[in-house]
Amino acid sequence: MSEIANSIFTPATAARFDHLVTIYPVKRSALVPMLLYAQDEVGYVSDAVVTEIAQRLDLLELDVRNVLSYYSMLRTKPAGRYNVQVCTNISCMLRGGYEILDHCKHKLGIGHKEVTADGTFSLEEVECIGACCWAPAIQVNYDFHDNLTTVKVDEILETYRAGQGKDVK
Amino acid sequence: MPDVKFTVDGKQLTAPAGTLLIEACKSAGIEIPAFCYYPGLSLQAACRMCVVRIEKMPKLQTACTTPVAEGMVVTSESPEIAQARKSTLQLLLGNHPLDCPVCDAGGECELQDMTFKYGAGESLYAEAKNHREEQKWSPVVYFDRPRCILCYRCVRMCGEGMDVFALGIQNRGSSAVIAPNVPAQMSPDHLAHVDCEQCGMCIDACPVGALTSGAYRYKTRPWEMNHVTTVCTHCGDGCKTTLGVRSTSDGAEIVRGDNRDKSGINGDFLCNKGRYAFDFANAPERITAPLIRQTDGRFKEVSWEEAFTHAGRKLRELRDARGGQSIGVLGGNRLTNEEAYLLQKFARTVLGTNNIDHHRTADYVTFAQTLAEQKDRTASWRDTQTIPAALIVGGDPTNQAPGTAWNLRTDVRLNKARLYIANTAEIKLRRQAKAFLQLAPYGYGALAAYLAGDEAVAQSAAADANALTSFRDAVKAEEKLLILIGSELRGTDLRRLIEFGLTIPGARFALLSDYVNSRGAADMGLLPDMLPGFTPVSAPGAFAEQNLPTAPGLDLLEIFEAAGRGELSALYVVNSNPIARYSVDPAALKNTFVVVQEMFFTETAKLADVVLPAANLYEKGGSVTNSYGDLQLVQKAGDRAGVRSDFEMIVRVADKMGADIKSLVPFGKAQPGLRADMGQSRGAQAGEADRHAVWLTANNLEPKLSPFDPWAILDEIQRLVPGYNLLRLQLLSGNDQHLEPEAAASAVTNRRDLVLPSGDTLFTSGTLGRFSATLNETRQYQTGEPLIQIHTAAEFGS
Repeated sequence: MSEIANSIFTPATAARFDHLVTIYPVKRSALVPMLLYAQDEVGYVSDAVVTEIAQRLDLLELDVRNVLSYYSMLRTKPAGRYNVQVCTNISCMLRGGYEILDHCKHKLGIGHKEVTADGTFSLEEVECIGACCWAPAIQVNYDFHDNLTTVKVDEILETYRAGQGKDVK
Repeated sequence: MPDVKFTVDGKQLTAPAGTLLIEACKSAGIEIPAFCYYPGLSLQAACRMCVVRIEKMPKLQTACTTPVAEGMVVTSESPEIAQARKSTLQLLLGNHPLDCPVCDAGGECELQDMTFKYGAGESLYAEAKNHREEQKWSPVVYFDRPRCILCYRCVRMCGEGMDVFALGIQNRGSSAVIAPNVPAQMSPDHLAHVDCEQCGMCIDACPVGALTSGAYRYKTRPWEMNHVTTVCTHCGDGCKTTLGVRSTSDGAEIVRGDNRDKSGINGDFLCNKGRYAFDFANAPERITAPLIRQTDGRFKEVSWEEAFTHAGRKLRELRDARGGQSIGVLGGNRLTNEEAYLLQKFARTVLGTNNIDHHRTADYVTFAQTLAEQKDRTASWRDTQTIPAALIVGGDPTNQAPGTAWNLRTDVRLNKARLYIANTAEIKLRRQAKAFLQLAPYGYGALAAYLAGDEAVAQSAAADANALTSFRDAVKAEEKLLILIGSELRGTDLRRLIEFGLTIPGARFALLSDYVNSRGAADMGLLPDMLPGFTPVSAPGAFAEQNLPTAPGLDLLEIFEAAGRGELSALYVVNSNPIARYSVDPAALKNTFVVVQEMFFTETAKLADVVLPAANLYEKGGSVTNSYGDLQLVQKAGDRAGVRSDFEMIVRVADKMGADIKSLVPFGKAQPGLRADMGQSRGAQAGEADRHAVWLTANNLEPKLSPFDPWAILDEIQRLVPGYNLLRLQLLSGNDQHLEPEAAASAVTNRRDLVLPSGDTLFTSGTLGRFSATLNETRQYQTGEPLIQIHTAAEFGS
């Protein structure tokens, strides 16, 4: 039973949030996980999400926005169905991360933080995703693809375009 | 706390344990620069300017977060430190525009000062600056993103200081910005805005020109103004304020309200009205020539001489023909003490009447009488900053006395003070309260009786009986308690509450009123039954020398009733608008000769036969007394051609009535009781009078003791008014001093209740508010913007 009337989230997520607020010494500690789960469900952090989370945590909406804007993995606009995140931090950069990024841009016809017209893909240049040993690497939604070449990237994008990749949203 | 010994730059210093190094150095005269550190707010350590070398510590340390420790050895300035600070400045300047020549803060900018000191004028950074357009967050708050150095002072000021939390930090690193609480995407005009109390404290705290004031921006430079320290004319707190004044073709215009020196009774604080609502003084609607109503009913501009002669002659005729009892006098709440005293003396000695009153916003007579023969029982406003506990019954300080609310919040934050609040409304200050007691409607009288021990009235005091009991027990357990009383409590209720408070040995009292000199008006005897100092007219004591009428006169309402019956021959109104305030039928005055001293064509001024254009509190000198009884100096800042001070006008009218001016205003030498330092004309101290005059001029005071010199009357106030034996040096040097009323106890308990609260909020201020463009614009903004929530808080309590 959700503690918030007319929650915008599914009953499962709402229940999860009800539990989340109880497991930290202070309520507001639940803010970042809540934002992430909300993003996974809604696709992005909408104004309605901000309002409800503020309500759940007894915060001002301004507080939620302050935290929200700090983290680049939280977004306030919808991403594509498959969010392609290309790492260009030092290991990936040395192993051709920028080539991968440029290739993706060319292939998808979009730039950083943009979404393809059909909404299938979005592209992001991100900081280290912790896959340095197998650089260069990209992350699509929550899945890693490493030791990449441009050919491999084409294959991966085709797999997703064919609807065979994991769709977290 | 025990003292610790430590060394800074080879100097042995001591400070209480726990003192921050930056503060300890400041007390010893060693300046450590800092942008983010602000005394009284939480620590941030964001700017890294205050770094110092502490022996045995591996890296430079921030002095703003390091408490002093026994044996600590500190270097506050060295080539290493200078280099560190210079690098910090280079980073800050990496994204800072070079618009000092047009920036409001230019000349008063902490970043500018530091750049001059550490010489980071040239930067190693070649990256493009992160430019954003200036944003108008509200009519009075503007934000220039590029100038911001992200010190977080405004964020903490708004949250911790004001309990508003309208500002936050968004994004990260070099793209971080200060963000207001109404984001652009949610705002109807797609621009970011602030939903707040519009106090401007963020602007005051800003070390650079990132936050600027809508009233002042791009108008002038700090060095082009004269800075005059005086008292804010708006609410009963009486904050010390510094007005920036610039010459114009017809006088001197006030361009800025500010709190530069922070030496006042209000500390850091100024509210929206104090900071922006000085512009009524510059309003084009001001009356700037004396007016006499002609036989055709229209006003005609006349010379001062003609206006005074006409008013004086008519008043004299009416007094001689129909007697002083047929004349009424109404004074204002924004007169100086000297003017209020002079007005009642003029009424009682020249017009010969006790029919004198003012718009009362708190029952000070009962307050003073109940505390008669008590010592050290009234609280100074300063007590609100330090007292360990406060009981607040009635009132809504956040909206009616914002400075009081600020002090109480600060006291809670810094000293863990305990607030006990009893109110019929959920006032904002309850958020800081240890206990909030929701009273039943009109439950103040019942609460006073309940506290005093009458259990039977518990039901009518508050619905929650348990809360009521525990509230009383908690209050009674306090040893040092400030009892702050709203104007809802009057007469018997007020008396009962004070009598309850007197059972707590460490309790002190204050009664809140609504205007800058409401207390002074009562203290100075603008009352039909009380002479100055709450001396009953029937027992004039020291005032016997003035041969005053001894029968109580008509109060404000009775004056208009008398007018309605055709029994009022003349009405003399100074700086008051009773017609609108008390909804008097204008027809009542059709057979009354009305003289009005006023700034604007108020409803009352429109009915006048003679209108004398008056100066306001920012355009004259004198003293005022705030709600708490703290006396402060008022100095002349602005000036407007064609207006005169109320003091001068009263003297001139009295003169035209044929009164002996020397006995009205004891000016000049050899007057009985004159205490002013006149200097000596011969001997070793010859020339002292001249030096004194130089000193007076330098301090913006009238250099001559003329009949228009308020200080001549101050002598008489000091000599005759009980409770006003003030310290002149304290007053003239711009410090506040607390005065305790010394009323005689009175058996009269059923005085007529004439208290009418002004109903002013954060964005209104009686007549002055109506003619303040900034205040009107702000009020419209607050009520017009659909996302603004604060106005709802600002409206109630009226």
